[in-house]
Amino acid sequence: MSQTPPPWNKSQMADKVITHIQRGSSVNLGIGLPTLIAERLPESLEVMIHSENGVLGVNGRPTSTTVSPTLINAGKETIRVSSSASFFDSALSFGMIRGGHIDCAVLGGMEVDVEASLANWMIPGKKVTGMGGAMDLVNGPKTVIVMMSHFSKSGESKLVKKCSLPLTGYDVVDLVVTDYGIFRPTGKDFEVVEIADGVSKADLQLP
Amino acid sequence: MTHKVYQNAKEACSDIFSGASIMSGGFGLCGIPENSIDALTQLPITDLTIISNNIGNSGRGLVKILVQDKIKKAYCSYVGGNPDLEKRLLNESLEVELVPQGTFSERIRAAGLGIRAFFTPTGYGTLIAEGKEVREFDRSCVLETALSADFAIIKAEKGDPYGNLWFKETARNFSPLMAMAAKTTIVEVEQLVDFGEIPAEDVHLPGLFVQRIYQGKDYLNDIEFLKLEGDEVNS
Repeated sequence: MSQTPPPWNKSQMADKVITHIQRGSSVNLGIGLPTLIAERLPESLEVMIHSENGVLGVNGRPTSTTVSPTLINAGKETIRVSSSASFFDSALSFGMIRGGHIDCAVLGGMEVDVEASLANWMIPGKKVTGMGGAMDLVNGPKTVIVMMSHFSKSGESKLVKKCSLPLTGYDVVDLVVTDYGIFRPTGKDFEVVEIADGVSKADLQLP
Repeated sequence: MTHKVYQNAKEACSDIFSGASIMSGGFGLCGIPENSIDALTQLPITDLTIISNNIGNSGRGLVKILVQDKIKKAYCSYVGGNPDLEKRLLNESLEVELVPQGTFSERIRAAGLGIRAFFTPTGYGTLIAEGKEVREFDRSCVLETALSADFAIIKAEKGDPYGNLWFKETARNFSPLMAMAAKTTIVEVEQLVDFGEIPAEDVHLPGLFVQRIYQGKDYLNDIEFLKLEGDEVNS
C-alpha cells in the first residue's frame, strides 16, 4: 500500500543516505535524486564529491559571477569546487571508479532485486536514457547505495524478487534507501534495516 | 613550426569524407568542438560513424548533423536529454551502440595507447556482455576491444602551434583520449597561443597527438542546467 505523500520526503531520504556515508570518504552522486545529497552533506563529514565527467571536490553551486560553462557535474548542472579539487579526463575518472578508489556511489533506480541487481537505464520499446556511467559506478566503489521511490507510479514495489528490466549490474547493490525505509538485499530477500514511522512491513510489498 | 596551423574550421575539416568515423569530444555541451561541428553541417558527406558520449543535445552540438541524416552509426553512453537521438534509437532508424561510459573512455584510451582489448567487470551480467567473451578473475569480467577513428574533432581552451593543449575545468573529459585514438586529430582552441605560454609541466595533451589546430570563433559555450547558490532545492 503506497501512501500519499510517502512517509519520507526527498530531503529526508538524502539525510538517511548521509548516515551511511563515512567521514573523509569519496562519494559519487548519480543524476536525479542523489544530487540532493550534495546540498545536505554537513561540511564536518569532509566528503570529497566525485563527478564522473572529470572532477573530484564538487562543493555546492556557483554565484552569478563565478559561474562557468566549463564547470559542471555529470548532470550537466553548474557547480562550484573546493580549494582541494582536481580535474582529469574521463579515462582517469572511470579508473578511479573501477579501480576501487571511490568509496561510495549513490545511484537512482527503477528496480532492485533480492540478488542485489539494479536496473536503471532502459524500458524496452519505451524509454532509453542509456547507462551513462552507471554500469561502471556499480562495479568498483566499496559501497553502492540505490536511492529511489519505493513504489512505481502504478503502485508496485520497485524492490522485487527478480528485475524485469535490463540490468545495470548483477549482484552489485549494498543498500537501498527508499521513501519508506532502508533495505539490504541478502540473495534471498530484503533485510529491513530501518522502516519509516507509521509504516508496517506488510505495507512495503517486499518480495 | 606552423605546418599544423589551419586558418579555420572549413579548411581544417575539408577532407572529412563520406563513411568516415569521427570522434567528437565534450560531455553534454561542455567542451564540444562547435566550429568543427558547424563545418560538418556544411560538407556534402553522409554515412558517418560518430563516436561521442552524448551526440549533442536538444538541437545543439552534434544533433545538427544527426537531423541532417548524415550519421549512419553512433557510439555513445547516454541518450537522456537528447530526444532526437532517443527517437531514432527506439524506431531503429539509426544504428546505436550504447557503451558504458567508463568502457567507452577506456576503449578509446586503449586504441590510442596500443592496447587491443581489455577485461573489465563493467557490464557483466547485462545486455552489454551478450556475445562477448567472459573470463573469471577475482570477479567475472567482459572482454572489450579498442575503439579508434579516422578523425577526432576536439576543443581545448589553449593550444600552441605544435598542438600542445591545455583544457579548462571539466571541459577535458574525452577530448585528450580521442586525440590519441584518431588518425587525424583536428583541434579548435579558444586561444591559439605562442610556444611557452603553456608551461611544459602544464601541458594536458602533448602536441604529438595533434595533426591540425586552428583558432576558433563565436563560441556559444551553452550551459545546459544553470544552478546558482541559493536556488531553491527541490525537496
